[in-house]
Amino acid sequence: MAKVYGAVEINSERCKGCDLCVVACPADVLGLQPKEVNNKGYHFAYAAAPENCIGCAACATVCPDGCIEVYRVVEK
Amino acid sequence: MKQEEIKRPENKVYSKPALLNDNPMHYCPGCSHGVVHKLVAEVIEEMGAEHIAIGVAPVGCAVFAYNYIDIDWIEAAHGRAPAVATAAKRLNPDRLVFTYQGDGDLAAIGTAETIHAANRGENIAIIFINNAIYGMTGGQMAPTTLEGQVTATTPYGRRVDLNGYPIKISDLLSQLDGTCFVTRQAVHTPAAVRKAKAAIRKAFENSMAGKGTSVVEIVSTCNSGWKLSPAKANEWMVSNMFEKYPLGDIKNTVSK
Repeated sequence: MAKVYGAVEINSERCKGCDLCVVACPADVLGLQPKEVNNKGYHFAYAAAPENCIGCAACATVCPDGCIEVYRVVEK
Repeated sequence: MKQEEIKRPENKVYSKPALLNDNPMHYCPGCSHGVVHKLVAEVIEEMGAEHIAIGVAPVGCAVFAYNYIDIDWIEAAHGRAPAVATAAKRLNPDRLVFTYQGDGDLAAIGTAETIHAANRGENIAIIFINNAIYGMTGGQMAPTTLEGQVTATTPYGRRVDLNGYPIKISDLLSQLDGTCFVTRQAVHTPAAVRKAKAAIRKAFENSMAGKGTSVVEIVSTCNSGWKLSPAKANEWMVSNMFEKYPLGDIKNTVSK
């Protein structure tokens, strides 16, 4: 069976920490920074469990600020 | 596989459309406006229409749309976007002209302009953001506010004996002969976002093909106005808004 690897790159300065990507992620990859904040003072999103990512782009699709870039590799 | 190996340009499957520029948006965290802006930018980019697109911005939160999407914009007086778009499209029939309006703009002060532009069958696309509240001015009751919904001006909930019924403007517009495509969409899940994008694309294509007025209503959240977190606002929208504003195509006279 083909194995899928995914990765997300989050523009943390653009992120407003709205949490919508965290809710949309089917693989529980994302989370909001519990303590760190960006220059605007938001607890930005980050990949808490990057190894789970399947590159489905659900997070980037619902992101209102277009902060997320998604990469995907299918290994046959 | 290491993260660096996956994050190579050739493996990129999704990124912000280039037409959506790097200015940070002034919208509240989780606002549906951001998603719809992104969809508009993506559709225009995919159609290769960045040099012929003219957007007409409303008065409301989306008044600064020109800051975020790199196309030509006109700012219309409150509610008058369809009238301005009519002129733009009649003078430049080869341009892609669309309006981007909220419910306070389109369904309250701009009702006359909207209905008459749709009735004349102007070849414009209308993107209508319905969040059931006046977002920019502080969450007052809008014509689309649901029965019993608490807003800044209806602190005990909207009463129909005092404030009337919520207006279903898309259903109203679908009754007019000038409209060719009227649909109601939402952007709360990835699947809904993709459907909304397809609807916007169809509306823009109808406009270019001269089929008549297309209306894409997006049932949206205003989490600041509703006093909810973005995720909770989406849940509230699903359980309350969709009953009054069910999703789907209301009218489609254009064959695929």
